[in-house]
Amino acid sequence: MSLTAEDIKARNKEMIQEVLSVYPEKTAKRRAKHLGTFEEGKPDCGVKSNIKSIPGVMTIRGCAYAGSKGVVWGPIKDMIHISHGPVGCGQYSWAARRNYYIGTTGVDTFVTMQFTSDFQEKDIVFGGDKKLEKIIDEIQDLFPLNKGISVQSECPIGLIGDDIEAVSKKKSKEYGGKTIVPVRCEGFRGVSQSLGHHIANDSIRDWVFDKEATQKTEFQSTPYDVAIIGDYNIGGDAWASRILLEEMGLRVIAQWSGDGSLAELENTPKAKLNVLHCYRSMNYISRHMEEKYGIPWVEYNFFGPSKIAASLREIASHFDDKIKEGAEKVIAKYNAMMQAVVDKYRPRLEGKKVMLFVGGLRPRHVIGAYEDLGMEVIGTGYEFGHNDDYQRTTHYVKDGTLIYDDVTGYEFEQFVEKLQPDLVASGIKEKYVFQKMGFPFRQMHSWDYSGPYHGYDGFAIFARDMDMAINNPIWSKTKAPWK
Amino acid sequence: MSALRQIAFYGKGGIGKSTTSQNTLAALADLGQKILIVGCDPKADSTRLILHAKAQDTILSLAAEAGSVEDLELEDVMKIGYKDIRCVESGGPEPGVGCAGRGVITSINFLEEEGAYEGIDYVSYDVLGDVVCGGFAMPIRENKAQEIYIVMSGEMMAMYAANNISKGILKYANSGGVRLGGLVCNERQTDKELELAEALAGKLGTKLIHFVPRDNVVQHAELRRMTVMEYAPDSKQADEYRQLATKIHANAGQGIIPTPITMDELEDMLMEHGIMKQVDESIVGKTAAELAAAAA
Repeated sequence: MSLTAEDIKARNKEMIQEVLSVYPEKTAKRRAKHLGTFEEGKPDCGVKSNIKSIPGVMTIRGCAYAGSKGVVWGPIKDMIHISHGPVGCGQYSWAARRNYYIGTTGVDTFVTMQFTSDFQEKDIVFGGDKKLEKIIDEIQDLFPLNKGISVQSECPIGLIGDDIEAVSKKKSKEYGGKTIVPVRCEGFRGVSQSLGHHIANDSIRDWVFDKEATQKTEFQSTPYDVAIIGDYNIGGDAWASRILLEEMGLRVIAQWSGDGSLAELENTPKAKLNVLHCYRSMNYISRHMEEKYGIPWVEYNFFGPSKIAASLREIASHFDDKIKEGAEKVIAKYNAMMQAVVDKYRPRLEGKKVMLFVGGLRPRHVIGAYEDLGMEVIGTGYEFGHNDDYQRTTHYVKDGTLIYDDVTGYEFEQFVEKLQPDLVASGIKEKYVFQKMGFPFRQMHSWDYSGPYHGYDGFAIFARDMDMAINNPIWSKTKAPWK
Repeated sequence: MSALRQIAFYGKGGIGKSTTSQNTLAALADLGQKILIVGCDPKADSTRLILHAKAQDTILSLAAEAGSVEDLELEDVMKIGYKDIRCVESGGPEPGVGCAGRGVITSINFLEEEGAYEGIDYVSYDVLGDVVCGGFAMPIRENKAQEIYIVMSGEMMAMYAANNISKGILKYANSGGVRLGGLVCNERQTDKELELAEALAGKLGTKLIHFVPRDNVVQHAELRRMTVMEYAPDSKQADEYRQLATKIHANAGQGIIPTPITMDELEDMLMEHGIMKQVDESIVGKTAAELAAAAA
């Protein structure tokens, strides 16, 4: 039995109504705006987004601090990022998001270490500025090879009005113009981690780009300089991407921010093109560099061979024939390898249905990779996407795809229960719920401790992991034999 | 020993809360009551007349020195003054940094945990003028002050403040059982002051506990860092405070849930007494030049 798109739309509509029916009237009315079905030809997905979650539901979102410390700043490896405030936020963001990096931890790189001002009652009452100064002094003593410091504000900093900007300026002066970046990413700001990305982007603009010293750095340009923006090198993603750009003849002068360094941030305004992977978290700084330095930027997608090829050509179109030829060579070089992956896994995965729920990019970006394996994405949604993400999503999803913005724990369970996909791909908080419900699951934030998934090398791993999850023999054992 | 009375003095900044409260509490001590004063103002000036001191070491400054409030003992923070009145000051950060409201919460929790309220008849909280955040509302929450005395005068802003404080009391009245004990009018010699104070008390559903007349002996005593009760116990003013203390002492359990009024009602009241004139709406927001042009 195969449903037409119209059948699916009618079914989705009925299902959404049923799911909403248990909510109080006001909640149902508000949540209804975030749930829908994509209609072919529409400019977006027909759902509202970037709106405050409703109290009482289980939202999957994080906070502004998570967006700044956890996503944008945390992976800058040669800087020390202070979780400024009480210990919890720092403790729970310790060790980062598997942002791989090269360096000697504790000597010249610090990503998996955790620095916190561990606020006590007296710091709240009397203010924590003096403590912050002391921490910066101690960092200078204990970790002299650090290249800079960022101050990631937790909620109380904004509530008590500590002047972290003044401390940063004072200490920067004291340490010969050292980069010290105050970041006002208090968790209560905004509706999700998304505002934290924006605040972090702005702090790079104001406290890194605009610094006098930055503007004087010497840099030898080439016509082929690009910066990778919005790749956090989860499980080595940025490395698997970088080699492709290099093979086609480009020079990657910076990685933002996975395995990135302060010097790379400082050099980025010298790039000829910014290539942007995670649009949601770093479009702000890309737009700024376009306006201020005239650097064009282009979005790309390195999930799955179809999108990789299209992206390599798109990036190459901003350069001369040498690069264009380079792109074709790269695509040709990996063609056989990709064909082998598809030949091996497609027969095992053909027709399998997937439901996604991830952050701000992957709910659309990974769809092509699944399709390369003959799979079908029947539902997707963003934790903290905005309307421009849902507009971009229209290029990826099929007519009739179920869309759920900032899905609640209850709604997601209900949709999965009713649609019975072959794979649920979301985060750690969802993983065990769905596995216990008997659904194969892959974590799409951390790649389930695997990866990389970006690039040609990544696709081979992606295909293997999806096969491993879906075709695991355990799933045949989850139903009682007497039922 | 009778049950512990927990009272608090609130009111607009500069209205004379600390002076009125210290004199009243000194008079209560003269009546043989055992008293603890908890100053909840970062300025830490709620106990100076009792202790003859400029300012006592505060809980929060001592805690900051010692590391944390857990490192303090009650003896470190409590001073004994006139007629064995026990005095503590919460203290707080210098203006412009940190969170003074959190400081009040910290201090009061510390005092309770350390048993500061044992063996006394009265706890009195002296709170800074504006209840700017939740911290300064701490004394009117559950199991803290049961009776609030609002110090006010016939000045319009003092009455606005009294009405606003009543709103705060109303908010916590049902959850915590706090009541409005009454108004204390600290005379400023404004027009029809007594009449207005009584009218406001009526609107709020409470009574004017006492009208404290203005007397320079208060200032003379203050210059010596003393209460009038101690400096000039035979003065007429000392007698006024004695009366106030007696009335408060007799007021146990008489507190009410206030009925705060709207801004409009408050302004109507002022107009009724001829303090405020009816505002001509047509001139609101017009500059002198505009009015001149309109008249021409």
